[in-house]
Amino acid sequence: MPLLEIRGVMVRFGGVMAVGGVDLDAEAGQVTGLIGPNGAGKTTLFNVISGMQEPTAGQVFVGGVDITRQAPHRRAKRGLARTFQRLEVFSSLTVRDNVRVATELTTILDVSSRVDALLERVGLSHLADFPAGDLPTGSARLVEIARALATEPRLLLLDEPASGLDDSETERLGRLLRELATDGLGVLLVEHDMGLVMRVCDHIHVLDLGNIIARGTPNEIQNDGAVLQAYLGTT
Amino acid sequence: MQQLLTFTIIGLSTGAIYAVVASGLVVTYTTSGIFNLAHGATGMLSAFTYWQIRFDWDLPAPVALFITLFVLCPLFGIATERFVMRGLQGTTEVVRLSVTVALFAFMIGLANWIWPNDASREAFLKFFEGNSISVGGFNVSWHRLITFGCAVVVAIILRIVLYKTRMGVAMRAVVDDRNLTELNGGRPDRVSMFAWGISASLAGLAGILLAGDQQLNIEPLVLLVINAYAAAIIGRLKSLPLTFLGAGLLGLLDAYYLMVSDEDWFPQSVFGFSLSGVRAALPTMVLFIALLVRPQSRLRVGTTKLREANDVPEWRTAILGAISLVAVIVGISGMLTRSNTLLLLNGFTFAMVTLSLVPLTGYAGQMSLAPLTFAGLGAIAMSKLPGNGNLISLAAAIAIVAIVGAIVALPALRLSGIYLALATAAFAVMVSKIVFNQRQTFQTGNITVPVLRVPFITIDSPRARLILASVCFSLLGLIVVAVRRSRLGRRLVALKDSPVAAATLGMSLTRTKLAAFAISAGIAACAGALAGDKVSPQQYDFTQSLPIVLLAVVGGVSSVAGALFGGLLLGGNSVLATIVPTVKNLTKIGPGTVGITLGRNPQGAAAQIGDAFRPLTEQPRLIAIAAAGSIGVWALDATEIISHWSFFVASVVWILAVSPNLAALMSAGSRRRLVAGVWLAIGMAIAAGIDWSTALDATGKRIILTIGLVALFGVGAQRVAENAPRVHVASPDLAGLDANFSREDIELAEQKIGVVL
Repeated sequence: MPLLEIRGVMVRFGGVMAVGGVDLDAEAGQVTGLIGPNGAGKTTLFNVISGMQEPTAGQVFVGGVDITRQAPHRRAKRGLARTFQRLEVFSSLTVRDNVRVATELTTILDVSSRVDALLERVGLSHLADFPAGDLPTGSARLVEIARALATEPRLLLLDEPASGLDDSETERLGRLLRELATDGLGVLLVEHDMGLVMRVCDHIHVLDLGNIIARGTPNEIQNDGAVLQAYLGTT
Repeated sequence: MQQLLTFTIIGLSTGAIYAVVASGLVVTYTTSGIFNLAHGATGMLSAFTYWQIRFDWDLPAPVALFITLFVLCPLFGIATERFVMRGLQGTTEVVRLSVTVALFAFMIGLANWIWPNDASREAFLKFFEGNSISVGGFNVSWHRLITFGCAVVVAIILRIVLYKTRMGVAMRAVVDDRNLTELNGGRPDRVSMFAWGISASLAGLAGILLAGDQQLNIEPLVLLVINAYAAAIIGRLKSLPLTFLGAGLLGLLDAYYLMVSDEDWFPQSVFGFSLSGVRAALPTMVLFIALLVRPQSRLRVGTTKLREANDVPEWRTAILGAISLVAVIVGISGMLTRSNTLLLLNGFTFAMVTLSLVPLTGYAGQMSLAPLTFAGLGAIAMSKLPGNGNLISLAAAIAIVAIVGAIVALPALRLSGIYLALATAAFAVMVSKIVFNQRQTFQTGNITVPVLRVPFITIDSPRARLILASVCFSLLGLIVVAVRRSRLGRRLVALKDSPVAAATLGMSLTRTKLAAFAISAGIAACAGALAGDKVSPQQYDFTQSLPIVLLAVVGGVSSVAGALFGGLLLGGNSVLATIVPTVKNLTKIGPGTVGITLGRNPQGAAAQIGDAFRPLTEQPRLIAIAAAGSIGVWALDATEIISHWSFFVASVVWILAVSPNLAALMSAGSRRRLVAGVWLAIGMAIAAGIDWSTALDATGKRIILTIGLVALFGVGAQRVAENAPRVHVASPDLAGLDANFSREDIELAEQKIGVVL
């Protein structure tokens, strides 16, 4: 059974169909890519999964449990964590306290050592006592990832984590994602950096105008006619 | 049937006034995103202005109406937008709301100043007083008809303006998307100005109509307009037709309640609780319900974010601060006269109430307009509990109110921002009108709260109570610091910074808010329970809470020091008014005036003062010098070498003029050091060497002299000592644009980017 199952999710804003009946699975231990042109409905789909947007129709299951109507903080307890495309760090807390808040929501044991280990893992140890609101975008994205990991999720939703990162940081992020998958985590990745997506994803779903137009391995997607058309327009 | 018709007409005319007021609120909220709590005060001020022109100067009514509604009101609205509200784009909701509170306080102060209550005031006449026409056998006064007519005309005009004029289209565009309008060549600022102008006129019209119907008194006028909030919320702060509908329903509800409550079968009390205050609280009950049934606002991403200086307070600083506060109070309390002791005591009570806002508003970012309501409940609990004021009854009073606060706040917790603030306002009004009105609470208008009884110590004199208050404030302050440093404290700040991220990390926002409310209610209850004196329900009224909220934000609501500063400022304001009668009128508008400047300094005054003393606190040697000086001055007084007044002047000069300059003095070149040092020494010699209690006859003159000495010697020494060129500290983004890069700019920029640390 897949870790995340999305069944027939549809979101309508007035007359606009943002997401039109999407089915999508994400497996534990894999990095699943979700790509598509701007306005394809990727972030809306993320919001449905994390509970910030109620779908017009359809269901979301995590580990076989229907979470479609659960409050966001309950979903976190089911093992769901996410980052945001528009940064949502706790800007008046330090980097360390950002991660600490999240850790404390999960456990009361060894909080400090867990926080330090996470900061080390994403490479933020040297910025630990800096106010998170003062960080450049790239580091702030890493704070969000560390914070999400602190809740010990089973499924991690990343919304454009590489935007604002430089090449070496992106490289490092890619390695981190592979490590997480090896540890058994499911990762759902929305990203515009195609190099990164093709390198780290096991499976890719392509969304256009609210519908899945293709799915497959990176290799298959790169050679898919419908995908090329969606990205480059009719030739 | 006849009666029903009568009350329907009364209800509709009341509703008409609500409609006019509420539509003004909606117009400004939609165009500038600011909920104007001062809207009612604008109406009050225009009613007074109209009275002045029409009845005092005896001009004809049409002229007076034209001048008030079409000249003065729009000008006032435009000025408000241009000079106060425009600076608030991009600030937090707490600051935006506080500024309207400031405006509210300013206008009430102004009205009190210009039209003092004792002045003989000619009657405010209704339009066509005495004339009425018969509708279905019932005499309807012309005033009522005109009121109703006004609402209809306002509805038609607003409809035409919004849908048929260019300005109206621009207004609706700004409502839809302010930034997009600007990109398309629209001028959102002009649109906002226009909206504020219209809004002020609408408030003015309602104020004049109300004053004719009721009386020309400040408080009822301001409060009656608060009732119109319910109508605006029923209109969801954006729909004018729904707002008018809500206003009509509100008016009818009031009239019908009045009708049935006169019937014989209508109970006077339920289970021994009197229903006498229910009618006055009806509109706020509707407001409360309307807020609760509002569809849940979805968690939003990408809301305005500001980083506020919210450093975790250090234990060392907190404990040192607490000890020195108590030490200072113990030191000076012996020199104060009885009345000044009581005034300072009052300041500490305010400071404790202000402190209750630190965890709630400062840390968690949730605005409450009801801090004094909880203080009032605390006072009642303390006086009713057995034990005659021992520590156990204090603890019980705090616990009871904290629990009550949490239970009552529970339904409101899914609200946030302005809606939460309005819900607390509704709660405050309901409690004052209904709970504080009961025989069981404030039976005879006031009750005596017993003085706290501490084992082995008798607290009977005002001096002992003052010291007790400073100890209690310090302890509560330490508790607040402990909260901030705890797991809960981090959650509170996370809730303020990004509710959506906090929720997706697994935090229950409701539970966190509940904790913040309970802590806040408990602290406020403690302030009330320590009143130790006769208290009256008026002290805990909603309108009294507003200046507290305001000064909390002015002082700096995210720190304990800010709360102390804000509370003492509010207390000091009344001290100033008593001892310096010449500035009495200025103190009426004082709190409002400082609040209006908030847009420029959202961090609060305590943070700014803290900055002035920062160089001092970084060097232990300098702290020692500063402390030694203070003790020296105190010793001179204790040994009766100098008088109490000379002690006061010398301490103020030492603390405010000498101490902040110590760091600059030490680092200055030898010649400058000599000049500045001599200058300050002269200042101290004048302050301490002359016996001010005999040299000047009035307290006011002595205080003004003190301020003069601080300015003359403090600023003078600063000019001389600071020979180093001012370091240009702009935002790193701007470095190099307005001036060439300096070494410091580059270092700062590198630090911010994280290249070097």
